Amino acid sequence: MQKKHLSVLIICLALGALFAIVQVGISNGMISGYWVTNLFLMGINIILAASLNLINGFTGEFSLGHAGFMAVGAYAGGVITTNLGLPFPLAIVVGMLAAAVAGVLVGLPTLRLRGDYLAIATLGFGEIVRVVLMNIDYVGGASGLKDIPDVVNWPIIFVSVVLSLLLIKNFVRSSHGRACLAVRENDLAAQMMGVNITYYKVLAFVVGAALAGLAGVLYAHYYTIIQPKEFSFLLTFDVLVMVMVGGLGSLTGSVVGAVLLTTASAFLQAIPELRMVIYALLLIISAIFRPQGLLGEKEVTLRTFQKLGGVFNATSGSKQTQ
Amino acid sequence: MPLLEVSKLSKSFGGLVALNNFNLDVEEGELVGLIGPNGAGKTTVFNLLTGLYKPTGGTIVFDGRNLRGRHPHQITKMGMARTFQNIRLFGNLSVLDNVKIAYQVVVNYGLIPAFLRVPPFYRREENIEKSSLKLLEIFDLKKHAQEKAKNLPYGEQRRLEVTRALATNPKLLLLDEPAAGMNPQETQDLLALIKWVRNEFKLTIILIEHDMSLVMGLCERVLVLDYGSLIAEGTPQEIQQNPKVIEAYLGDEEVAAWE
Amino acid sequence: MQDLLQQLLNGLSQGSIYALIAVGYTMIYGIIQLINFAHGDVIMVGAYVALGAALMGFGFIPSLILAMITCAILGVVIERVAYRKVRPVSRLAALTSAIGVSLFLQYTMMYFLGADIRSFPADILPERTYTLGGVIVTNKDLLVLGTTLVLVIILQFIIFRTRTGKAMRAVSFDGQAAQLMGINVNYTVAFTFFIGSAMAAAAGMLYGICFNVQPLMGLMPGLKAFIAAVLGGIGSVPGAMLGGILLGMTESLVAAFGGSMYRDAVAFIILILILLIRPTGLLGKGVQEKV
Repeated sequence: MQKKHLSVLIICLALGALFAIVQVGISNGMISGYWVTNLFLMGINIILAASLNLINGFTGEFSLGHAGFMAVGAYAGGVITTNLGLPFPLAIVVGMLAAAVAGVLVGLPTLRLRGDYLAIATLGFGEIVRVVLMNIDYVGGASGLKDIPDVVNWPIIFVSVVLSLLLIKNFVRSSHGRACLAVRENDLAAQMMGVNITYYKVLAFVVGAALAGLAGVLYAHYYTIIQPKEFSFLLTFDVLVMVMVGGLGSLTGSVVGAVLLTTASAFLQAIPELRMVIYALLLIISAIFRPQGLLGEKEVTLRTFQKLGGVFNATSGSKQTQ
Repeated sequence: MPLLEVSKLSKSFGGLVALNNFNLDVEEGELVGLIGPNGAGKTTVFNLLTGLYKPTGGTIVFDGRNLRGRHPHQITKMGMARTFQNIRLFGNLSVLDNVKIAYQVVVNYGLIPAFLRVPPFYRREENIEKSSLKLLEIFDLKKHAQEKAKNLPYGEQRRLEVTRALATNPKLLLLDEPAAGMNPQETQDLLALIKWVRNEFKLTIILIEHDMSLVMGLCERVLVLDYGSLIAEGTPQEIQQNPKVIEAYLGDEEVAAWE
Repeated sequence: MQDLLQQLLNGLSQGSIYALIAVGYTMIYGIIQLINFAHGDVIMVGAYVALGAALMGFGFIPSLILAMITCAILGVVIERVAYRKVRPVSRLAALTSAIGVSLFLQYTMMYFLGADIRSFPADILPERTYTLGGVIVTNKDLLVLGTTLVLVIILQFIIFRTRTGKAMRAVSFDGQAAQLMGINVNYTVAFTFFIGSAMAAAAGMLYGICFNVQPLMGLMPGLKAFIAAVLGGIGSVPGAMLGGILLGMTESLVAAFGGSMYRDAVAFIILILILLIRPTGLLGKGVQEKV
């Protein structure tokens, strides 16, 4: 028990340090505007990847509707602050709720579909959302919702990411998370063990969608302008690549995947085609050689660092003896 | 009142009749065997009882309640558990988690405690963990608690399936060919285990089995299915001498098992 | 009334292109239960090859054949490299790989040829229009319908009159049993990709002539053709034809009478409805999962 408290303390200290360093870097201009943007995008991508992983990795439902859920959140939140002039925290609540409702609406009818059919149906949902948004003048139609208040700053992004991850972690490591895993592993046996598979499939959709909605609200209130075309299924594929690279069913993997790929695309900004070719190859390679994701379903823990440290110590030690 | 009352249960797939007017009463504490050639409809009976299939006709009353329209997970919660002919463990999860998921039928908590880790969470998680470990200990699987279920040897996977089914705290346990793929020694061990489990957990058991020695050594009452119909019912001795049964099995590989 | 007929004709023309694509989708799904996400992008490659040939002065038929052969080979390569090893592992891994191949084809093309929208030279088919009882028919419509008809007849012949066609039907009915009966499953699957991709290339060229050519052109028609295949009953070639034509016509009608902005949503709404109401599609057969 004491060891556990110690690791919680270490993680809190590390997070606090990360927060402070970036905050200082931003406020005295040591981190350029370009990298600040990418840092914020990284945070949004972490939330997207972790929440998609909850659906695809932990519950084993292959959803391609994440861009749609994000769009619902972004627009619902945007309407609250921009069209109605209400405060930002309310935008977060409404954005998440709206996306969660969308999650129920999509999840309930489609979850009897098997794997690949579900994938196409959810992808279709995302496209329907996009087309509908283009046709609503109240939110700016095809040219998008503009003049959204610019309220998202580093503390908001940081806290959102940490809280989202904490919520997902708590969920996954609870009886409900185990039930989701049981659905993934064998839905027939899960039913026989008293797991209401319909409930858990919808639940995973709802929680995943709500967090994608949160990512959408943050996105809208950082960029201040959102257009329906940004939320096409290419965005879902981006997130899918992060999940696949980080590993299906690994929360820390999703974080690693989001960080790596956001950084990579920041460097490849000038040649977006090449970025997509690399994403494509990552998908194919991981499917062929590591269907559980490139980094597998293992979580990155403090012990991983200890091991890494151990290897490092061992090598440096052996150097000394030589 | 019997624990399970099945009357005129029928199931057809398209034009194919898988089960026809099947009747069965099981008293509390009984151990009933269900035998018959391949494709006779034995597993169909289990799938109907557990709610995986919707019956075409007939009724099932379990523990005084009609099962019509109930979902499998609800039926499990009412006290019916089963194992599968082809093992269906949660392969990539730990042995302990396999049992925990089943035990959650007995002890669980809401979503809010799960997300926010507020009071009922730690207490009930501890309860789930302790009880699951205890069950694993009884079945000599505790040493494998942290291993992935799919990495267990075959015999232990079968045992884990039984353990997991028991973790749901059933009144009625349905065992679908538990000895399939086991060697004679393992089968003997299983026989002893089933007997012991039945007494220890005060269970009622229905057993589908191909291995005749197991059925004859274990069951007080045996039912024989052929082409979806019940063709005989009685004590193992009566069944062994029933000409209809011998005919049903004639030409089947099972004949050898009668010797 | 004339308006309606005109829209139906436009829909028929568009629908037969969907049908050609859907045929490939349905054959491939029928045989290996994989949504070949990259099928739409094979259309795009076919369109580019045909366009290249046409620009070098080849006529319609030689360009068409060249595109079909190139894509047939491409289809076989895709199956060999990206799917064969993954298929037995899990269907979702295979789908992931298919999405990867799709993105790869799109963006490799974009990397090398740019995102410019290109058109076929006008002289490949000098436009003529005929008026039939007030309905305008272009020779493009006739070309699309004629090519589709010829290709589908050839396809039916291959499936029902040749040994390989028989093998294809056997493998799609039960792959393992077919293997035990001495059918070379890998060869048969490769052949299915060969034929399906050739059909896609033809569709690509027709689509390119009717509209234009660009790296992402295959995405939407590809998805819609898949929906057409589901609508008709996945695995059924006549179903794919029917689904394609129905989808094309519905889209035309919605675009004409409901608002063109909603055109792209129609297909997906049909998809979700059909999956909920009749998941086996109009001409498909039900399958009971064994417990």
